[in-house]
Amino acid sequence: MVIPRIPIGNTVEFAVDGIETHFGAVLDLVSDQLDFLISALKDALLFLPPELFIVGISLLAYFAGRRNIKLAAGTAFGFFLIENMGLWELSIETLALVLSSAFMALLIGVPVGILCAKNAVIYHIVKPSLDFMQTMPSFVYLIPALIFFGLGNVPGMIATVVFAMPPAIRLTNLGVRQVPKELTEVADAFGSTGWQKLAKVELPVALPTIMAGINQCIMLSLSMVVIAAMIGARGLGYQVLFGIQRIDIGLGFEAGLAIVIIAVVLDRITQHLSPK
Amino acid sequence: MNKNVKLEVRNITKIFGKNPQKVISLLKEGKSKSEIFEKTKQTIGLNGVNFEVYDGEIFVIMGLSGSGKSTLLRCLNRLIEPTAGEILIDGQDITQMSAEELRNTRRTKLGMVFQNFALLPHRTVLENVAYGLEIQGIPKDERYEKAREALETVGLKGYEQSKITQLSGGMKQRVGLARALANDPDILLMDEAFSALDPLIRSDMQDELLSLEDRVQKTIIFVSHDLDEALKLGDRIALMKDGEVVQIGTPEEILTEPADSYVSRFVAGVDRSKILTAESVMKRPEPFVSLSSGPRVAMQLMKERGISSIYVVEGKNRRLMGILMINDALDAMKTGKSLEAVMIPVIPRVPPDMPLNEVIPLIADSQYPLAVVNDAGKLLGIIVRGSVLGALAIAGETEETGGPEAPDLEETVRTGKNEGEAGPPDPESSGGLNGIIDKDSINKGIIDKGPIDKGIIDNVIGSGPAPEVEARSVAPAPEVGARTEAPARPELKGELEVKTW
Repeated sequence: MVIPRIPIGNTVEFAVDGIETHFGAVLDLVSDQLDFLISALKDALLFLPPELFIVGISLLAYFAGRRNIKLAAGTAFGFFLIENMGLWELSIETLALVLSSAFMALLIGVPVGILCAKNAVIYHIVKPSLDFMQTMPSFVYLIPALIFFGLGNVPGMIATVVFAMPPAIRLTNLGVRQVPKELTEVADAFGSTGWQKLAKVELPVALPTIMAGINQCIMLSLSMVVIAAMIGARGLGYQVLFGIQRIDIGLGFEAGLAIVIIAVVLDRITQHLSPK
Repeated sequence: MNKNVKLEVRNITKIFGKNPQKVISLLKEGKSKSEIFEKTKQTIGLNGVNFEVYDGEIFVIMGLSGSGKSTLLRCLNRLIEPTAGEILIDGQDITQMSAEELRNTRRTKLGMVFQNFALLPHRTVLENVAYGLEIQGIPKDERYEKAREALETVGLKGYEQSKITQLSGGMKQRVGLARALANDPDILLMDEAFSALDPLIRSDMQDELLSLEDRVQKTIIFVSHDLDEALKLGDRIALMKDGEVVQIGTPEEILTEPADSYVSRFVAGVDRSKILTAESVMKRPEPFVSLSSGPRVAMQLMKERGISSIYVVEGKNRRLMGILMINDALDAMKTGKSLEAVMIPVIPRVPPDMPLNEVIPLIADSQYPLAVVNDAGKLLGIIVRGSVLGALAIAGETEETGGPEAPDLEETVRTGKNEGEAGPPDPESSGGLNGIIDKDSINKGIIDKGPIDKGIIDNVIGSGPAPEVEARSVAPAPEVGARTEAPARPELKGELEVKTW
């Protein structure tokens, strides 16, 4: 007996096509909004002259790191190097893409994480989805993103959000679940409402874990943003891709170095933001 | 203490499992716990618990871990939902309340202090204490003002802005206490509040809680696994085992009248001398003679009772004047002196609430029985060495309850009594002995229970081969020595000697 081939691929294709045909207008609208968000952020960051931006981000690093002069100096030097390599505009574009992607991922991920911690049913639905999202090779997301949103920054951002969201959900869920039982009992015993318990006890206590999730989310966004260059996302990723196509090691390395600098600075700043 | 019922627990049952109603119906059928667990795989956390807590008292719920005491406490403010039963606070059934009503009750009537302090790590001391007021929407200035007052009450003034991590364990629990007090609740629920503290700090906190209780007059429900703590703090104690209340009573009742063998095993190791008071071991002071009577009356009374000394009191209020020895009474009869002239006016007296451990040194130094006298000078009772030993001896007796020696003992006591009654009428030779083994002292809790009897004997004559020596070392009353040669039976002798002065 021959078992017929189960048409998984065809079904997915059919579903994606169906969404594209029936919800095209909605997707275009979403696309426009997201594009506006990225552009606005990029323009705002580029509005500042590089010198002022460097001073600003160094100060941010200084205060986020609790008056950490080394971190501030390192940040200033890193961004000076980016400017010096002539990658300023590309780097800012990447930064804007990363920040807006991470923002979207957190906007969805943190509330979903809280819901997961509070509701067993939701948790049992979300958990396998997260496993799926994290193990599916990231390149695969590029295809439906491309179909739904065409070429450009928006599909790159969507693929990035999908890729970067799982740790935010997981760590938020973990953080809220790990709030000691006595502390939630305190909230209840003193007559807190559900929202008061969440806002005044659970989230503050879970904050270090949630911040670790945010940190992971930003880091993953950065790594995905480079891959997203394959579907037309601009910025440093595009420069790296350009280097590959031309086999230009110098060009590729400089763009890669700029990505590393941004990654390290974002990592250190977000790590220090979490309360000790 | 007034006896207004502040909180009443009626038939509270808590089942842990998926189908609690089934367990409830099985319980009603009278199935045992293990049968039910076998059938349903559900655990019975609490089974038909009933008690009342009076306004202003400290009510201790005590039991070993797993006995359900913390579950019970959490049912009182519905941190754990009871499966069945009612909990009335000021007559309102908290189990029937809506979420809104429950929240208001928790805010205004129920404060809680937790075992591991449960302070919010991201807040300062002051913000922690103000938490309960904050969620009620009380303006910042007002809630901080109240929080400061609460901190001052627990002796943490000046630590308002400290971080929680900077505090020691004892200070943390003071913050926990202040947080509960800041809401000004009627009832404080304290869940093993001092168990996580070092022994010395724990003892200090217990003392402070007691003095705090004097000042603020809250109703406190205190969960503890520590018997000494329960006895020290509790006005009344509920002892729990396997989700059921085994006994409820004052610390003394728990110690002196254990409801079953579990309770008596539980209390076996307690240092009774700290808990029992003079009042609980004294016996009735009868007979006594009025100051206005003559020596002849006193003599007659002593003769009737076969005793060698008698108390002299004045007026209807039985104001204690002194003690009259039989020799002096005889002397007075011959010389015609008044009672007042021959009695010994200064005799040891103790207040009724003096703990036994303070009574013991007094009684050891005294030649006469200790008189228990209230503030007005009224003679309430007397304490002899035998009753002190008897009360303390309960501690050692429990494991051997029903042992082979018990019948012997009963016989001993009976014999002793007979001997006394049938003894020579001459008070000079036997009065002292007989006087002590009167019905009063026997009924007054010394010899009214089998196990206790045995305890006395064990204690008095020891289990060693030389009871006489043992007995004497316990009761070295000088005048007794010569008289006690008379009785032949060594057990009896021991008994008598100790009870004689």
